[in-house]
Amino acid sequence: MNAVTLALLTPLVTAVLCLLFLRSLPLQRFFGVAGMVVLLGVSFRLMAEVGGGHIEVVRFGNWPAPFGIVLVVDLLAAIMVLVSAIIGLAVAVYSLADVDARRVRYGYYAFLHFMMFGVCGAFLTGDIFNMFVWFEVMLISSFVLMCLGGEKPQMEGAVKYVVLNLISSSFFLAACGILYGQTGTLNMADLAVTAREMRPELLTMTAMLFLVAFGLKAAIFPLFFWLPASYHTPPVAVSAVFAGLLTKVGVYALMRVFTLIFTNDILLTHGLLLGLAGFTMVTGVLGAMVQFDFRRLLSFHIVSQIGYMVLGLALFTPLAIAGTVFYLFHHIVVKANLFLVSGITQRYGGSFDLKKLGGFYAAAPLVALLFFIPAMSLGGIPPLSGFFAKFAIVKAGLVDETIFGAWAPFLSAVALAVGLLTLFSMTKIWAEVFWKPAPEGHAPHRSNVPRGERWLLLAPVAALAGLTLTIGLFPQFFFDFAVRSAEQLLHPEIYINAVLGGTT
Amino acid sequence: MEFLLAITIGVLYAASFYLLLRRGVVRVVLGVALLSQAVNLLIFTAGGLREGAVPFIAEGGKVLGAASADPLPQALILTAIVISFGVLAFTLAMVHRADQATGTDDVDDLKGTDAT
Repeated sequence: MNAVTLALLTPLVTAVLCLLFLRSLPLQRFFGVAGMVVLLGVSFRLMAEVGGGHIEVVRFGNWPAPFGIVLVVDLLAAIMVLVSAIIGLAVAVYSLADVDARRVRYGYYAFLHFMMFGVCGAFLTGDIFNMFVWFEVMLISSFVLMCLGGEKPQMEGAVKYVVLNLISSSFFLAACGILYGQTGTLNMADLAVTAREMRPELLTMTAMLFLVAFGLKAAIFPLFFWLPASYHTPPVAVSAVFAGLLTKVGVYALMRVFTLIFTNDILLTHGLLLGLAGFTMVTGVLGAMVQFDFRRLLSFHIVSQIGYMVLGLALFTPLAIAGTVFYLFHHIVVKANLFLVSGITQRYGGSFDLKKLGGFYAAAPLVALLFFIPAMSLGGIPPLSGFFAKFAIVKAGLVDETIFGAWAPFLSAVALAVGLLTLFSMTKIWAEVFWKPAPEGHAPHRSNVPRGERWLLLAPVAALAGLTLTIGLFPQFFFDFAVRSAEQLLHPEIYINAVLGGTT
Repeated sequence: MEFLLAITIGVLYAASFYLLLRRGVVRVVLGVALLSQAVNLLIFTAGGLREGAVPFIAEGGKVLGAASADPLPQALILTAIVISFGVLAFTLAMVHRADQATGTDDVDDLKGTDAT
């Protein structure tokens, strides 16, 4: 069996196993973690298979494309599956100590793996309608994870999250229908060919429908309001995996369609993306500045960081796209890690409110270090991973020849300013939670968490922080992958030939 | 026929957006349900309408005749119906739970988690 099918089967089988042993907590926890370990192994194999630039295509039922449904693994898809598996494993381990027995009994691990199933499927599919179905698999599992536990703030957040995501799904579906009506195909490689014969204005209109659909999932301006209203309500492990993966699936989908299918009128479509990217960066970071809830502040930063990725996509030069791929990889690791840290400080200090936390630098220096690494990376301080991600995108805007004229360097300047404000937010958390003396009656204590659980909470955070450091200290190795992936994305004929090749 | 369907789709979209903008949570859910119906009809219409041409391959033939209807949009709609049915069931259960947890069905009262 090949690695592509295994990458989908592993989370599915794990989820089913978890459902079969719903009554046994130890078995569910064992399968929950073991499944992620296997998925990580499989995704490394996938990476090894396509790392050299080869695009792997799997045809369901051996029907030739574009008639059958295909799974297509190019470098971007493999990178995304790999980083998803890393986050999945970190969160599964963290959940051992963070998610209570009641939630596990109601199928927490099963739905976590169903969600991974949907996420991996969305990355690997080569068919636009199929992508819709994978999105739904991912969404419905995330709905359950969001609601599981049924506490009051959770339900309030869930109503907004569910309704807005359903609206985005219906836009996605409508766009698929119109695209099919015009081209008679749903295979993305085939669409890239046939869409060129569509009436340009109709193609652009369809592109806008996709922009709304994926933009809502990716939380770009002005469609992001559901995110900071809901991401801070579920358990920390759930927040972390949502923050790391879900919006990035939206960014991935945007990258896929706006490099492969909708490239006929770059000035309009990518120009719009460019403007939205600027607004997304600025509103996100300004929203974060006034927040005093740890997770809500981080939620606004997701929005702001999405802006950088969309900016890279909009600039549409090899360096910018490579920067976006690198940014995706770096951001998923760092952002999920920051959410996990917020959980640890909550367990030690009893609150998510920055005003009620304090004194962590003295009480728990290791936690302080583990926060410092991802936080400074998010702020873009060298030599951490965030610096190189921001550097590539900003440089692309300043140096590369784009069709946007003076707007590209202007947006680069905005990105730099937003980077500074990001750093401000991170130092605010640092000052409030770590340096400030603990407020009266809120002294943090390691002993608030039993020793065994403490290690389960700290180990994944330390591993992710180590990964951030590794990316930062050896950026060339990781950036090479991003550059090669950008090459594939900017030459869609490679993708098209790989899928339609032998059959036409 | 296309004209009639286009009007119907427009009305369905308008009605669903009207419902989505209402304050009652149940109305919002009904709006989502109506929206998925509007989209299904849109796919059906956009896929091309052809009267009285059943998509069966004639006996002894290997390919579909050029005059027959396209079966794919219907397959898409069928998938979408199944998904929207499941999602609707989930949404109704969620609204019920939200009503129990928060004691209100007014969207305006669900602002506790909003960013201020």
